[in-house]
Amino acid sequence: MTFRDADLVSNVVAALDKAVEPGFPYRLMHVCGSHEHTISRWGLRSLLPEGLEVIAGPGCPVCVCPPHEVGEAIELARRGAIVATFGDMLNLPTNFGSLAEANASGGDVRVVYSPLDAVALAARNPEREVVLFAVGFETTAAPVATALGSANLPDNFSVLVSHRSTPPAMELLLGIGDICVDGFIAPGHVSAITGAEAWQRFPDAYAMPVVVAGFEPEDVLLAMLLLVEQINRGEATLENEYSRVVPKLMSSPAVAAIDAVFEVSSAWWRGIGRIPRSGLALRRELGSRDARERFDVHFEAEQNDLPPGCSCHLVMLGKVHPPACALYGRKCTPSSPHGPCMVSQEGTCFIWYTYESEELPATTQGDAS
Amino acid sequence: MTGPRASDGARSGSADLHLVEGESGSPALLTRNPRVLMAHGGGGRLTQQLIEEMFVPAFANEHLAELHDGAVLSFDGTRIAISTDSFVVTPLFFPGGDIGDLAVNGTVNDLAMCGAVPRYLTLGLILEEGLSTETLWRVVRSIEQAARRASVSVVTGDTKVVEHGHEPGLYINTAGIGVVPEGVDVAPRRASPGDAVIVNGAIAVHGTAVMSVREGLDFETSLESDTAPLAELVAVLLSKLGSSVHVLRDPTRGGVATALNEIASSARVGIEVDERSVPVWPEVRGACEILGLDPLYVANEGKVLAIVAGDVVDAALEVIRQDPLGREAMVIGRIVDEHPGRVLLRSAVGGRRMLDLLSGEQLPRIC
Repeated sequence: MTFRDADLVSNVVAALDKAVEPGFPYRLMHVCGSHEHTISRWGLRSLLPEGLEVIAGPGCPVCVCPPHEVGEAIELARRGAIVATFGDMLNLPTNFGSLAEANASGGDVRVVYSPLDAVALAARNPEREVVLFAVGFETTAAPVATALGSANLPDNFSVLVSHRSTPPAMELLLGIGDICVDGFIAPGHVSAITGAEAWQRFPDAYAMPVVVAGFEPEDVLLAMLLLVEQINRGEATLENEYSRVVPKLMSSPAVAAIDAVFEVSSAWWRGIGRIPRSGLALRRELGSRDARERFDVHFEAEQNDLPPGCSCHLVMLGKVHPPACALYGRKCTPSSPHGPCMVSQEGTCFIWYTYESEELPATTQGDAS
Repeated sequence: MTGPRASDGARSGSADLHLVEGESGSPALLTRNPRVLMAHGGGGRLTQQLIEEMFVPAFANEHLAELHDGAVLSFDGTRIAISTDSFVVTPLFFPGGDIGDLAVNGTVNDLAMCGAVPRYLTLGLILEEGLSTETLWRVVRSIEQAARRASVSVVTGDTKVVEHGHEPGLYINTAGIGVVPEGVDVAPRRASPGDAVIVNGAIAVHGTAVMSVREGLDFETSLESDTAPLAELVAVLLSKLGSSVHVLRDPTRGGVATALNEIASSARVGIEVDERSVPVWPEVRGACEILGLDPLYVANEGKVLAIVAGDVVDAALEVIRQDPLGREAMVIGRIVDEHPGRVLLRSAVGGRRMLDLLSGEQLPRIC
């Protein structure tokens, strides 16, 4: 099967046109920066029928990474450790500065593409401490767990963990009450690791349709079609659009790998606050690999962790689209970002600023606030 | 959605508070970015800010204001193009090329993009203490060969040695001059509605090839850099089509998307790109996919964007395709009246979206 095919896409769009009932709003939410990227990068909003709106939820691990944890990483760089992290983290602005600034001020911050690159970095630099600042959802927690389990792990390697899990944030969001969502598009790669259980609670406990989707434009459009059809039928089930990668929605060996290294903890989400059972912490027996324990770096969460006027919390919860923020595109742009959603390439504001344009046909069905 | 962007000064570069001078009369950039970041050299928005807020006001003159890769100066009726470029590529040797031929082709191509026939180069070398002389010799031979291929002479130079950082490196600056033939009028501002945008071949090859061997990226392809001198292709095109060739631009750092944005912005025209017609080799597409890069922003070293009058498109394509460097030439877009200053892309699946300047370095995404 060929993806990114204009004919296939126009067939799915035609089916969506037919399925969407006029005068009836459909609000679908995805919870993954990569889904927002697919939607915006391929211009899918310009193809959707009137009445169908797709909203970005809390799906950007960089955006929700709290400033105090970035501050811990900067402190470690300041003390002379090589801090290895994923590229997107470099420019995140906090009261402590950013990792890019720490690097420019003489710290040694390196971009790695995989946790194993950080292990190799530690092996190549035995005289230095190497700390992997591990940010991300299950999709990055799994390779971090694998790296920690690798044989001959260098003694000078440790991890500053800032992993998060999305479903607890989605539940929080449904509990807020004034957020109208008619169905969820669930991220296929997370599902490949966690299995279906993570999403099953949404149809079961919240009567919320969920479709697990891949990342090609066809995947996302087809997921929207399946959700619209469920909504039309008045059903709420868990469906899998991504069967070519996730043949059955069941647990993978990665879950065991994650469990061996991490335990579920409460975690602070920037702009949102503390969410129970939404984080991963290193198990106690791995204390020597835990950079916080190893170097005794424990920064406290700040209550006000967004700059004045920033609406990132509302954007992350899907309450508003980025242009509704007073700073968006004026004071806050990717080259001079105020809020975290404008920094990360997975951030909704960054993606909108990059791809969405008022020259295009209406990209939303009005103000989402 | 009504567009808050309509009043977005950061895009138009005029009204935004961040782009005007700070209170003391120094650029606002000094407070916004107290230190230089890697992205200031990435060719995207931060580079543009550095140029617009520091260099243009500091050196203000009519030639600089063109914001082209080179300047065209007139002496007693003879038009001379001048350009300079510095090369800091890592690693020094990469599949399909090295820093030496890059340093020659880069400046030769910048001159060609002014419509000039490149003639002479200067060579500035900054060497780090401890660099192997064998490495230096390899680079020098490569410079010699590339200069011969491009029919230019290296006529003066300079060498400095500095203390080294991580591992001994080598940096090159070249400047070049060339002569602009009569009847040639190539400049970004000449892009006009109705023109077509042609690229001479598959894009994103150089950046992908270099990226694939860069330290820390455990990723190999058989791709080789497309580094090549474009002067001959350009000379033939100009001799056949003269002033119907409106703009030439080599989409190096920042790629095709950045080059088109610069043209749209200096000519105050809109550009529409059809993603389906942009040539990208499957291997490059796959590598970019894995690295989280968009080929439209990846560097090229042997590509030219030629913006030609609508009535000579077919002739231009035919001329370009006859050159060995132009066999895969395609029309990838057109200049329009609408949305002046902006580039829009019709995506491969038919959706429309903006194709903007890159806002930082292209970095792989986490999820």
